[in-house]
Amino acid sequence: MVTVSSKQTQKLHPHKFLMWVAIGSLCMMFAGLTSAYIVKKSQDNVIDVPLPSVFWISTVVILFSSLTMQIAVKSIKAREMQRYRMLLGITALLGVVFALLQVYGFKYLQNHGVKLIGRNSNPGASFLLVIIGLHSLHVLGGVIGLIIMYLKLYFSKIRNYSSVPIEVMATYWHFVDVLWVYLLFFLMYLR
Amino acid sequence: MITEAVLHNHDVRGHDVHSEDHHEHHHHETFISKYVFSMDHKMIAKQFLITGMVWAIVGGLMSVLFRLQLGYPNESFPWLEDLLGKWWAEKGHITPQAYYALVTTHGTVLVFFVLTAGLSGTFANFLIPLQIGARDMASPFMNMLSYWFFFLAGVVMMCSIFVENGPFSGGWTAYPPLSALGDASPGSKTGMDLWLTSMSLFIISSLLGGLNYIATVLNMRTKGMSMTRLPLTIWALFFTAVLGVLSFPVLLSGCVLLIFDRNFGTSFYLSDLFVNGVGALPNEGGSAILFQHLFWFLGHPEVYIILLPAMGMVSEILSVNSRKPIFGYMAMVGSLFAIAILAFLVWAHHMFVTGLNPFLGSVFVLLTLLIAVPSAIKVFNWLTTLWKGSIRFTPAMMFAIGFVSLFISGGLTGIWLGNSALDIHLHDTYFVVAHFHIVMGVASMFGMFAGIYHWFPKMYGKYLNNTLGYIHFWATIVGAYLIFWPMHYQGLAGMPRRYYDFSNWESFKDSASINAFLSTIAMIVFMVQLLFLFNFFYSIFKGRKVTTKNPWESNTLEWTTPINPGHGNWPGEIPEVHRWAYDYGKDGKEFIPQDVPLGHDESQH
Repeated sequence: MVTVSSKQTQKLHPHKFLMWVAIGSLCMMFAGLTSAYIVKKSQDNVIDVPLPSVFWISTVVILFSSLTMQIAVKSIKAREMQRYRMLLGITALLGVVFALLQVYGFKYLQNHGVKLIGRNSNPGASFLLVIIGLHSLHVLGGVIGLIIMYLKLYFSKIRNYSSVPIEVMATYWHFVDVLWVYLLFFLMYLR
Repeated sequence: MITEAVLHNHDVRGHDVHSEDHHEHHHHETFISKYVFSMDHKMIAKQFLITGMVWAIVGGLMSVLFRLQLGYPNESFPWLEDLLGKWWAEKGHITPQAYYALVTTHGTVLVFFVLTAGLSGTFANFLIPLQIGARDMASPFMNMLSYWFFFLAGVVMMCSIFVENGPFSGGWTAYPPLSALGDASPGSKTGMDLWLTSMSLFIISSLLGGLNYIATVLNMRTKGMSMTRLPLTIWALFFTAVLGVLSFPVLLSGCVLLIFDRNFGTSFYLSDLFVNGVGALPNEGGSAILFQHLFWFLGHPEVYIILLPAMGMVSEILSVNSRKPIFGYMAMVGSLFAIAILAFLVWAHHMFVTGLNPFLGSVFVLLTLLIAVPSAIKVFNWLTTLWKGSIRFTPAMMFAIGFVSLFISGGLTGIWLGNSALDIHLHDTYFVVAHFHIVMGVASMFGMFAGIYHWFPKMYGKYLNNTLGYIHFWATIVGAYLIFWPMHYQGLAGMPRRYYDFSNWESFKDSASINAFLSTIAMIVFMVQLLFLFNFFYSIFKGRKVTTKNPWESNTLEWTTPINPGHGNWPGEIPEVHRWAYDYGKDGKEFIPQDVPLGHDESQH
C-alpha cells in the first residue's frame, strides 16, 4: 500500500500546488484593482498623487525579508533549528516593519494635504490607499502565518523537520514581495 | 479495520486526512467529527447539498411570494400579513420594498448559494476524489473551512432578512448608487452591509473550495488516470473551479471599493448625484459603470460556473444510460475549454445599454456569438450520444435529457440577446428573465437533479423512489416551459422586468391574465419540489437498499468503492486505471470499467 501511495506523490506536493493556484487567484484580485485604476486614470478629474519616498525604504525592507526567508528554508533543510527559528522571527518582524512604513507613508501623504478618504477625497488618492493597503494586509496575513509557525516550534510536542510548510510560506512571501515591486513601479509609471 | 490501516498509511504520506493511532478496532469518530466538522469530502459534499436545498426552498418560496404580487396585484391575502408582518405584507399586499427585497434575495441566493455552492460545492467535493481515484482532497482542512465559510455566509444572509429595514433590495447585481448609498433605499442600509459581509464570506468559501478542486484534479489522480482519461464530469468541474478562482477575486476587489464608498466616503463609484431627501452628494469623480465592469467580469464567468458542472454531469449520465461512449470526447473537452476562455471575454454584453462605445460593443457581440460554437458542439455531441443508444430512462436520464432540451431553448435566445442592436429593445425586459432562467437557472437545476438521482445510491447507499422521480421530472419540465415560454412574448412586447405592478400601465394590462397563469404554475412547480425533498429525505432512511456496487453498470471509479465507502474511499489499494471512462458496448461487452486492464487485442485509449 505504501508503495502505491509513494508512487502517487512523485508530483509537486499538493499544498505547494495549492499555494501556486492561490497566487493565481490573488493576481486576479490585484489585476482587477489595477485595471480599474487604469480606467479611472484616463478620466481627467483624477489627480496624480506623488508617492512618498518612504516607500523606497519599505521596498528595501521587504526585499531583505525575502532573503531572510530564503535562508530560513535553507537552514531547516540543514536541520539548523536554532538559526531557522531566529530567521522566522526576523522575517516576521521585517513584515511588520514593512506594514508600519506603509502606514507612515500614508500619514505623510495626509500631512501634505492629500485626502485619502472621506469628504472631497479624490479617487486617485483613494485607489493608492486601497491597493497598497490591501497588499499590506496580505503581508500581515503572512506575518500571522509566520507567527503560528514560530509558536508551533516552541509548543509542539513532536519535532517536525518537514520543510514543506516553510517552503509553501516562502513561496507566498516571495509572491507578496514581487507583487509590491510590481505595484510600486505600476503606481510610479502610470501617470 | 482495513479502512483504518489504509488511512494510516495515507497519513504517513503527509496528507491531512485525520486519523488516530493504528488500532485494530474501528476509528473513533464522534458525532462532531463525523457529521459537523467533517474532513471527509463525501460528508462535506452532503453538507453542501443539504444546505443548498434549504436555500433553494427559501429562495424558491421568495419567488412564490413575489409572483403572488405579480400575478394577483389586486387581491389581498390577509394571512400574509399575519405570517410575515406589516413590513413585508401590509394589508395582505406584498409591499414595494418587500417586493424588491424578495427579488434581490431570490437572485442572490439562487445564483450563489444554490447553483454555485449547492451545485459545484456538492458534486466537485463528492465526485472529484471518487472519480480520479484519490482518498480525499489536496487539503481536507481547507475543504472543511470552505463549507463553514459558506455556512456563515448563509447565516449572515439569513440575518439580513430579519433586520429592521429589510434585506438588500437593489438587485442581485448590487449596482451602485443603490448599493453604495445608505439613503438610497431602505434595503441599502443594514441589509446591504450584511449582504456585503455575506458575499465576502461566500467568496472566501468558493476560493478555498476552488483552489482545492484544481489542486486535487491536477495533482492527485491515481496511477494511469491521465488527463485524457478523466470522465467529463471532472473536466467540467475542473474548468468551473478555474473560472471561480480567477473571477471571484475580481468581485472581491469590486466589493472592497464598494465598502470604501459606503463607509469611508470615497468616490470610486459615487459622483455628484442628487438624491431625493438628501440633496447633492459631496462625492466627485466616481463612476457607477466601473462597478458594472468589475461585477460582470465575475458575473459572466459565474454563469458558466453554474452551467459547466451541469454539462459535465449530463455528459456522463447520458453516456452511461445510452450504453454508448460519449460522442466526441476530445471535442467535449475542447468545447469546455473554449467556453471557459470565452467566459472571460464577453462580460460587457451585460452593459450594451450603459453608453458603452458602440465599436467596443460590436467586439463583444462577436465574442458573445462565438460562444454559440462550443455550445452547439456540445449539443450535437449529446444528441449523437443518444442517437441509436439503448436508452435506459432512469429519472437521472430524464433530467439529463431535459437539461439538453432546456439548454437548446435557452441558448437560442442567447443568440438574440448577444446582438447589441436587438439588446437595445430587449434589455431589461421579461425576455431576458426568460432567457437566463431557462438556460442558466432551470437547466442547471436539471443538471443538479440528474446528478442527485444518479449519485444518490453512492451518497447514501439507497435508491430514490422512481415513481416520485418521474412525477418530479414531468411536472418540473412542463412547469418550467409553461412559466418561462410566455415570458419571451411578454418581453418582446416590451414588458420591463423588476416592475412591482403592471396593472397601472395601459400597455401591459393585457398581460394580467398571463401573469396570473404564470404565478399559479410557479406555485405548483414549487410544491412539486417539496415532493422531491420528501423523496430525498425519506429515501436516505427508508429507501430501497443498494445491493450491488455498480447499480448503473457504469465505468467510472466511484463505483469500485464499497457501497458505503468510509473516509479514504477504497479499503485496499486505489485501483489503477487502464482505459478511458467511456468503453460502453465495446467488443461485445456492455461496459468495461476503467480499472479493467486492456485485453491482448485491445488498442490503448
